[in-house]
Amino acid sequence: MYQPPSWLHEAWAAREALWAGFLTSLQCSALAIACGTALGVIAGLALTYGRWWGRLPFRVYVDLIRGTPVFVLVLACFYMAPALGWRVSAFTAGALGLTLFCASHVAEIVRGALQAIPRGQLEAGKAIGLTFRQSLLYVLLPQALRQILPTWVNASTEIVKASTLLSVIGVAELLLSTQQIIARNFMTLQFYLFAGLLFFLINYAIELLGRAIEKRVALP
Amino acid sequence: MNYQLNFSAVWRDFPSLLAGLGLGLELALFSIAIGCVIGLVTAFALLSRQRWLRAIASLYVTVIRNTPILVLILGIYFALPSAGIRLDKLASFVVTLSLYAGAYLTEVFRSGLAGIPKGLREAGLAIGLGEWQIRAYILVPVMVRNVLPALSNNFISLFKDTSLAAAIAVPELTYYARKINVESYRVIETWLVTTALYVIACYLIALLLRMVEQRLAIRR
Amino acid sequence: MTDIPADNQPLLSIEGLHKAYGTTEVLKGVDLTMQRGNVLSLIGSSGSGKTTLLRCVNLLEEFQGGRILLEGQSIGYSEIDGRRVRHPEKVVAAHRAMTGMAFQQFNLFPHLSALDNVTLGLQKVKKMPRDQAVAVAEKWLERVGLLAHRSHHPGQLSGGQQQRVAIARAIAMNPSLMLFDEPTSALDPELVGEVLAVIKGLAEEGMTMLLVTHEMRFAYEVSDQIVFMNQGRIEEQGAPKALFDQPRSPRLQDFLRNIHF
Repeated sequence: MYQPPSWLHEAWAAREALWAGFLTSLQCSALAIACGTALGVIAGLALTYGRWWGRLPFRVYVDLIRGTPVFVLVLACFYMAPALGWRVSAFTAGALGLTLFCASHVAEIVRGALQAIPRGQLEAGKAIGLTFRQSLLYVLLPQALRQILPTWVNASTEIVKASTLLSVIGVAELLLSTQQIIARNFMTLQFYLFAGLLFFLINYAIELLGRAIEKRVALP
Repeated sequence: MNYQLNFSAVWRDFPSLLAGLGLGLELALFSIAIGCVIGLVTAFALLSRQRWLRAIASLYVTVIRNTPILVLILGIYFALPSAGIRLDKLASFVVTLSLYAGAYLTEVFRSGLAGIPKGLREAGLAIGLGEWQIRAYILVPVMVRNVLPALSNNFISLFKDTSLAAAIAVPELTYYARKINVESYRVIETWLVTTALYVIACYLIALLLRMVEQRLAIRR
Repeated sequence: MTDIPADNQPLLSIEGLHKAYGTTEVLKGVDLTMQRGNVLSLIGSSGSGKTTLLRCVNLLEEFQGGRILLEGQSIGYSEIDGRRVRHPEKVVAAHRAMTGMAFQQFNLFPHLSALDNVTLGLQKVKKMPRDQAVAVAEKWLERVGLLAHRSHHPGQLSGGQQQRVAIARAIAMNPSLMLFDEPTSALDPELVGEVLAVIKGLAEEGMTMLLVTHEMRFAYEVSDQIVFMNQGRIEEQGAPKALFDQPRSPRLQDFLRNIHF
C-alpha cells in the first residue's frame, strides 16, 4: 500500500502550529504595510511639496533607514524598546521596525511618482481655480497612483519576506514555527523546503496580483 | 526614562565592530562578484532561443526572488548537510548570497541587454564577429555603462543583506552589535553606533560607485 | 473686435509690473489695460517676457512689483498697512477661476475623459451638480466640434483635438478673460487651422482674450491691439494695421523683417 512520505504526516500533525505561524506572519506583514504606507504617503507628500524645513526631517529619516539593514532595524527596535521604558511585545517591536522600513520605501515611491508628473498638470489645475488640495486629490494623485501601485506591491512583498526576521527575536511566525517543528522531528531538509515553498507561494501570489492590478489601471 | 548615555562600552569594543564591518564588506564583495557571473550567464540564458534554457533560468530567478533570504540562509546552512553537502558558515553564507545576488542581478542585466539597439549586434555580425565575441566586446561593455545606477542600488542592497549572516553566527557587524548589546545593556549606544557604521558604509559605497560611473561614462 | 462698452472701467489693468527670477529682471515695469471684449496679442522674441507677463495675470508666476487689477480686484497681493501681503490660497484660487488659460502643451488631465476634463472645474470649483455640469460641458464640447469624442481620453485624441478640449475646459468656467499661451506652437502644421478657427470664433462672439502667439497672420486678423515686447518692456503697441505696416521702433522693424510677414 502506498505510504505517503513521513514529512507530510508530520506537517499534518503540526498543522495548527503552522497555521498559527502563518497567521502571525500575515498579521505583522499587514500591520507593517498598512502603517508604513500611511506614514510613507505623508513623508512622500512632504518630500515633494513641502518647504525645506518640512522636507529636511523626512529626508534625514528616509536616508538613514535606507542605509540601514532591515535586520538591524528590527533588532534595534526590539532591544531599545524596554530601555526607553516601553513595555512592548516582540511582535510589536518587530512590527515597528518593519513599519519604519516600509514607510521609507513608500516615501521614495510616492516622491518619485509625484515628481514624474509634468508640471503643466498642476498648472492646469490652478488655471481652472482648483486649490492645491483639490489638485492633489483629483489631478495629481490619480495619475501618480498608476505608477505607485505596481512598485508598492513590490515593496509589500519585501515586507512579507522581511517578516521572517521576526523569528530571530522570538515571534512565532511561520519560519520560527517551522524551526520548532524541525527541532522536534529533525526533518531539516524537508521542512526547510516546505517553509520555502509556502513563502514562495505567498509571494508569488502577491506578484501575480500586482501584475493584474497594473493591467487594470493602465490608461486607455 | 532614566537612561544615561554612556558610550564607553561601545568604544572599548569598537575594533570588533570594525572587524565585523570589514568581514561584511568582504562577504559582500565575494558574493556580488560570483553573483554577477551567475546573473550575466542567466541573463543570456533568458534571451536564448532554446526554450529549456529560458525555462530553467526563469525558474531560478522566480524561486529565489520570491523566497525570503533568511529562509535561504538557514535552509542552505542547516539542510544541506542532510543531502550530504557540508559547508562551514562563511562558505554557506557566500553560496547563499551569491545565489540570491545572481537572481536579482539577472533582471538588471537582462533589461540592460534588452535596451541595447539591435543594430549594434548586426554591425558586429557584419564585420564577421562570432556571437560570443559580439557579446564580450560589444554588448556587455555597452550594457555595463547603462546599468551602473541600477547595479549600484543592488550592490548596496546586497551589502546590507550581509547583516543576516549574524543569524548563523558569522562574526560580522550585526553579530558583534548584538553581542555588545546583550553583554553591556548599553542598548541605545550600541544600535546608534551600529546604524551609523552601516549608513556611512553604504554612503561610501554609493560614492565610490558614482565615481566609477563617471569614469566609465560614454562621452557624448 | 467689438465696440468699447459704456462703462469705462477696464477689465484688466496692469500697472508698473516688475518681476525677477533671482537677480535677473524679466519684467521691467509693464503697463497695460484691456477693455471688455478686447482681443490683445503679445508678440516678441523669446525672452522678451511676453509669456511671463501672461502667466502673472493668473498668478502662475509671482511678481515682485506693481499691480494687476482684474474686474477691479487686485490679483495676488494686497496692501495692508502699507505692506505687500499675498492673498490666502482660497482667494488666489477664486481669482484664477475668473480667467481661463489654454497652454502650449494642452495639459489635459490624462486620466479623465474629455467630458470629465471639462466638468472637473465646474463640479469642484463652481460647485455645480453633476447633471448641470455635464450639460454645460457638452454644450462647450459641441461648440469646439468635439461632442462625439466626449468619452475619449486625451491619449486617444490628436493634438488639435486635445487643444480644442483644453479650450472648452477653460471657457466652460465662464471666465471674464481668456489667456492663450502659444496655443498652436506644439501642433503639427495641418492641425493648427482647426484651433485657430475656434479661437477666432470666440473672438467674434465678444470674448476678452490675451494671446501670446507666433502666428503673425492670425494675430493680425483677430486682434484689436498688438503689443510688441522686448527685454521685459512694452516696446510698441497699436492696432494691427498700424503696427505691422508702419513699425516705429527699430527693434520691431528688425523683428518683422526676420519673420517675413
